[in-house]
Amino acid sequence: MTAIAIVRLKDLFPLIMLSGIYSLLSSGFFVTMDAVDVAFTEAAVGAGISTLLLLVAITMTGRTEHPVRHKPILALVVVTITGGLLIYGTLDMPIFGSAQAPVHLHVAPRYINDSMQEVGVPNIVTSVLASYRGFDTFGEVVVIFTAGIGVLALLSVVPRPVTVAKINSLNHLLHEQHLILRIVSKTLLPFIMLFALYVQFHGDYGPGGGFQAGVIFAAAIILYTMLFGMITARRVINQSLIQVLAAIGVLLYGSIGVVSLLNGKNFLDYSILAGDPVAGQHLGILLIELGVGITVTSVMIIIFFNFAGRREYLQHLKKNNEGNNDTSC
Amino acid sequence: MLAHLPVLQVIVPLLAAPLCLFLTRPRLAWGFALFVSALAFVISCILLQQVMSSGIIIYELGGWEAPWGIEYRIDPLNAFLLLIITAISTVVLLAAHTSIQQEIPRERQTLFYILYLLSLAGMLGIVATGDAFNVFVFLEISSLSAYALIALGKDRRALWAAYQYLIMGTVGATFILIGIGLMYQMTGTLNMDDLSRRLPEVEHTRTVFTAYAFIIVGICLKLALFPLHLWLPNAYAYAPSIVTAFFAATATKVAIYLLIRFTFSVFGLTFSFTALPLRLLFLTLGLVGVFAASTTAIYQKNVKHLFAYSSIAQIGYMIIGFSVSTTTGLMATLLHLFNHALMKGALFLALCGVIYRIGSVQLKHFNGLGYQMPYTMAAVVIGGLSLIGVPLTVGFISKWYLILAVIENGWWPVAVLILLGSLLAVVYIWRIVESAYFKSPLPGRGNIKEAPLSILLPVWLLVIANIYFGIDTRLSVQVTQAAAMSLFGVGP
Amino acid sequence: MGHYNYWIVIVLMMIGFYIVIAHGNLIKKIIGLGIFQTSVFILYISMANVDGGTAPIFAEGICQYSNPLPHVLILTAIVVGIATTALGLALTLRIKEAYGTIEEEEIQEKDNLDC
Repeated sequence: MTAIAIVRLKDLFPLIMLSGIYSLLSSGFFVTMDAVDVAFTEAAVGAGISTLLLLVAITMTGRTEHPVRHKPILALVVVTITGGLLIYGTLDMPIFGSAQAPVHLHVAPRYINDSMQEVGVPNIVTSVLASYRGFDTFGEVVVIFTAGIGVLALLSVVPRPVTVAKINSLNHLLHEQHLILRIVSKTLLPFIMLFALYVQFHGDYGPGGGFQAGVIFAAAIILYTMLFGMITARRVINQSLIQVLAAIGVLLYGSIGVVSLLNGKNFLDYSILAGDPVAGQHLGILLIELGVGITVTSVMIIIFFNFAGRREYLQHLKKNNEGNNDTSC
Repeated sequence: MLAHLPVLQVIVPLLAAPLCLFLTRPRLAWGFALFVSALAFVISCILLQQVMSSGIIIYELGGWEAPWGIEYRIDPLNAFLLLIITAISTVVLLAAHTSIQQEIPRERQTLFYILYLLSLAGMLGIVATGDAFNVFVFLEISSLSAYALIALGKDRRALWAAYQYLIMGTVGATFILIGIGLMYQMTGTLNMDDLSRRLPEVEHTRTVFTAYAFIIVGICLKLALFPLHLWLPNAYAYAPSIVTAFFAATATKVAIYLLIRFTFSVFGLTFSFTALPLRLLFLTLGLVGVFAASTTAIYQKNVKHLFAYSSIAQIGYMIIGFSVSTTTGLMATLLHLFNHALMKGALFLALCGVIYRIGSVQLKHFNGLGYQMPYTMAAVVIGGLSLIGVPLTVGFISKWYLILAVIENGWWPVAVLILLGSLLAVVYIWRIVESAYFKSPLPGRGNIKEAPLSILLPVWLLVIANIYFGIDTRLSVQVTQAAAMSLFGVGP
Repeated sequence: MGHYNYWIVIVLMMIGFYIVIAHGNLIKKIIGLGIFQTSVFILYISMANVDGGTAPIFAEGICQYSNPLPHVLILTAIVVGIATTALGLALTLRIKEAYGTIEEEEIQEKDNLDC
């Protein structure tokens, strides 16, 4: 239902809210299908971060969609053919929920039966993610890093120096606005960060891990930025430090792989990291999850800061243009 | 360390990318990227040599054997592709510093090299891996960096081109994701080798048919196969010229590789070409692509656009070879893959030099350029002759094998059409030659100097390769033959 | 009738796909892409489900778990999805600055004027 409403709506603001709700609904759906890790991530990313980014974006682009002039018949035909083909494909699929489906008979049984002995981590999703298919996860961290660098390459602006007097006046101004909101969220912040750390290091036992933790941690900092303004946030969080951290996360993950290479094992084979192979696996997973967490946090912050920083920059440009009209483009 | 080469091939550029962030001076970043790319090239040479002498190399990542873990599987086909990609990347990087300095603001130059390395690593990862889902992950690394690289172009149209590419590319990738999911559902595995063993049991099912259709359509979107090519011309035309040279010579090749890999190795020849009227479909699309794109190329005013359409036409030739699906047909496709990388690499790099000097690639600005930039324009002419398929150039070799393959199958009319297609290439190359050598320069333009040596050198490196491999075909024919035969299940 | 679950997913998927190709607003296209991808995620997770199974975390006395592999794949795919969204939005912002609009048709018109 939500999806249909999205097609019809012209105003982008409720649209984004609805797409957030859609994500939240699907993450509920994931929980009913026992995919708790996925649900956690989808809720944090789909409903959280991506909604936030979309909102920042529409503040800059305007929020109404223009009516479409051409008739979308071609699009309808393409969509119907694709959908029809997919439905045709489902006809020979194994029945939903059947334990006899090929997916449950090949490959996966080993993860379920042996991963406790081989990797020693109760959360099977974590052991597959970080160890059996650890290289995919490495690729995923690089994808996030790529996105961060891509956003930097597109949006970064050289920040203008801010005078101390301006900051003080700003702080003074801030104290008068939304006082309650500020105080409440300031007390909340440490708890959010604590929760993020818990998720980070508890991923082996319950749902969670570096990625989810990274998103939550970044959310805490973004919340702080939204309440206290970009200028204050920039003083707390150094931009170039964040960029370095994003790289360090990837390098930490990669260097674990290189350490196993140097010890004569294959890339990302953690069993060499400690005397006992299972302990080595455990240590390896902890370290790479840390790498994932660091990169995800910093890239999310980079993305948000650059989106917001661009907005500030544009406003500044506009003000300057109004000041001296003769230098119009 | 020799046993770890397959993984080093990919992780060296992959880990070099974040390291690059610490090099704030663009010149250092460039030197580092060049060094890394050259290192990757050396690795790929050793790998190819190993594969040719001792057969398939398997590398288990994380020490988990496939299909539980991810494996790298290097056979003659992907060793050949790895060599093409790293070689082109290294040559293109030689020219990068000069060209990038002029086209991209200083504070973004380091970011440019990071994205370039990521894109390189992504492509290498797609080619090296033997795991279907791993393909998707590395596809996204290379695509995301590609969108950002294209958007760095000076013209605002670069942004719009990158956005269109992002939408088309993501739809393509999602189609591939659906296809992989359906395959997984029917077999329970993601490993390509394992898939090829388990798919025949279920190949009559409608689900596998759908999976194949989705993967093929997804790849064709990335491949820019006519009529799914709409994103390509603008993306190539407005990207920074170095990026165009790199992508034109490598990115579509990776997509062709995926098409061959999924059709021949994963689904198997009998399924791919008997279950569907694919042969006819690809042949038609290939031929229509050649003619439609070549004709459009003739009417272009922007030389980068012209060569971009010509690329789409060349993809058509590769698809024709693919649709023949005999050993000779595949050899023709693979040879053309290699040769086209050499030609388009040389041509787009030469354009890099033109942009460096006159800041434009409009055809009218080419007037009289043959006398002002003699070496650059000579390179364009030789590259163009190769594109047409004149003897003593590489273009001739691949056309020769293609026509041989088609005639072997008794498709005479197709052979005639291929020759006609080459005539169209004569027309669009002639337009460039005509303005460069037979028209007087536009008034009001001061004397234009020859392109700087740092660009001219890599251009001529590729031009000489064009001629060398057009005369001495031993290496390329031997390798492509081994690759084609291994795909048909005959050991080298 | 064991397939209705998949059919609903496919309908959702096609709604997302329709938004991507039929709508002219760049932000709306990105939202559509998100819906398209999220629906593919649901398709994968549906495969992993087993009747009577529980979440794949070891616990005493449970022998039937859901298949963890699709969960892992989708975790990766979600990350890829947000990366694409972020980059797409960044591009949209720059397009807005350069063209003053984020409607596909108006951008095309302005491009044609340039030529």
